[in-house]
Amino acid sequence: MKDMSIAQLQNTCVDLKKNVISMIYKAQSGHPGGSLSVAEFMTACYFHEMNVDPQNPYWPDRDRFVLSKGHVCPAQYAALAMKGYFPMKELDTLRKEGSILQGHPNMKCPGIDIPTGSLGQGLACAVGMAIAAKLNGQSYRVFSAVGDGECNEGEIWEACQTAYKYQLDNLVVFVDYNNLQLDGTCDEVMPPVDLGAKFRAFGFDVYEINGNDMAEMVKALDLAVATKDGKPKCIFGHTVKGKGVSYMENVCGWHGTAPNEEQYKQAIAELDTQYVSC
Amino acid sequence: MSETVKLPTRDGFGDEIVALGKENPDILVVDVDIGKSCKTGAFRQQLPQQHLNVGIAEQNGAGVAAGLASCGKIPFVVTYAAFGSMRMCEMIRQEICYPKLNVKIACSHGGVTPANDGASHQAIEDMGILRTIPNMTVVMPADYWSARKLVRAAAEFNGPVYLRFTRDAIPVIYDESAEFTIGKAHQVQDGKDVAIIANGDTVRLAIEAAKVLAAEGISARVLDMHTIKPLDVEAVTACVNDIGKIITVEDHNILNGLGSAVAEVVAESGKGILRRVGIQDQFGQSAPYERLLAINGVTVEHIVELAKELNA
Repeated sequence: MKDMSIAQLQNTCVDLKKNVISMIYKAQSGHPGGSLSVAEFMTACYFHEMNVDPQNPYWPDRDRFVLSKGHVCPAQYAALAMKGYFPMKELDTLRKEGSILQGHPNMKCPGIDIPTGSLGQGLACAVGMAIAAKLNGQSYRVFSAVGDGECNEGEIWEACQTAYKYQLDNLVVFVDYNNLQLDGTCDEVMPPVDLGAKFRAFGFDVYEINGNDMAEMVKALDLAVATKDGKPKCIFGHTVKGKGVSYMENVCGWHGTAPNEEQYKQAIAELDTQYVSC
Repeated sequence: MSETVKLPTRDGFGDEIVALGKENPDILVVDVDIGKSCKTGAFRQQLPQQHLNVGIAEQNGAGVAAGLASCGKIPFVVTYAAFGSMRMCEMIRQEICYPKLNVKIACSHGGVTPANDGASHQAIEDMGILRTIPNMTVVMPADYWSARKLVRAAAEFNGPVYLRFTRDAIPVIYDESAEFTIGKAHQVQDGKDVAIIANGDTVRLAIEAAKVLAAEGISARVLDMHTIKPLDVEAVTACVNDIGKIITVEDHNILNGLGSAVAEVVAESGKGILRRVGIQDQFGQSAPYERLLAINGVTVEHIVELAKELNA
């Protein structure tokens, strides 16, 4: 790990986003907006930071990933396929009967450490995994992505209290602050006020970054996992919902809508221009 | 064992979980700030490294337990039945039962036993709610010793189990040597005129009723159906075929609990007559435990009356 340059990670992230668009287009169902806003975190975790073995997905010492905002699983499925957990062609089965790639993640899919989908619940599970590492004297870390809208859920804050109490400096929580939820902006639906400050008040070390900037993401992740001060970590990422596809960016309607053929072609064409030279 | 000895079944849990924790360091208790009341005090004192308290945050408690279980631990989340079944319900569904993780939900204050606490704390819906979730096993022991045995059986069983105990003291009806298997009815006595199928704190009522009936020439088979899911269909079917007259008794709403589970089997058999004794689909109030049962007709007298009607 950590052998990819920022430019290589950026290009991997473009690949991941193209896979996200492609699988949601083929399924004609899924959540593209949040899958794109969380893509840099997903890429940095799987291709830079996390200690995992795709050939041995249940290795007890692996780093864990908990996608608390489970509806953006196309981003995780793409990462898992690209890592080699299962063949790339499996991505075409998203949301189809019998597929390991359910509409929201479950543990039949190799690489999924806990099922999610009903919001607010994944972070508590991530906390349990991090506590287990401390109890067992294991060195694995737990990475979790939560949505800004998801922070409406009280259980998120219950989990944060527990993370502080048990001094989980092996837990990294990414807050995908794209400022849009299903029914409208965060401010319209439920004002988040100073969401990053809330995590700080709950005892987290908070790293506030541009969550769609790979260099900032990698720097924050490296710092978060290196800081062994007994405090849980929050990477508070300002992101753009639909990032990378112009007509999806900051448009609430792309929360859970699949592109049609023309939109699909445009999205792939736009993403193709985003590769950088390495 | 003298029937004058009375103990809450939560005490059976509290004693057995200490023994289990000493044998297996992966067994954990996850408290939600009612550990003293749920009898985890000894565990906390003797096994502090295996004890967590996540505060008054039941939903989080269930999620933390799921995370622990996904990493090989065997957590017992300990709370009251009303909270363990309803406050935690969706977390139990998504994070514990859906992935079939090895988490035990161990609840004191089952049924109307938190009597004077009032309706907010009385759990009359819990077993029915959890019975409808795939992969869940639902158990209520009838006394102190069966509680100990079934807690141990739950720890040895790989998968989610909901365990329900009493707050109030109830008669000790078994001795230490009695054996209990999850999913298998425990036959207290055999009989030919009526089958009384009870669980939890009402098994004692079934036994008392059987004594009264025996004096009047009616012979009752008494089953302790401690596990309502998976239900011992074979034992119920035997009651249908051997006797054909069945009374269920439970400290739970008559909807969706033991009576409903038995009714499903009886109805599909196309044979037999069933009467259900239980909480009459109404909320309770602060009142003595025995009064709350009486208000709902969960009494020895009512069971006897129904048995006589069925044998008239």
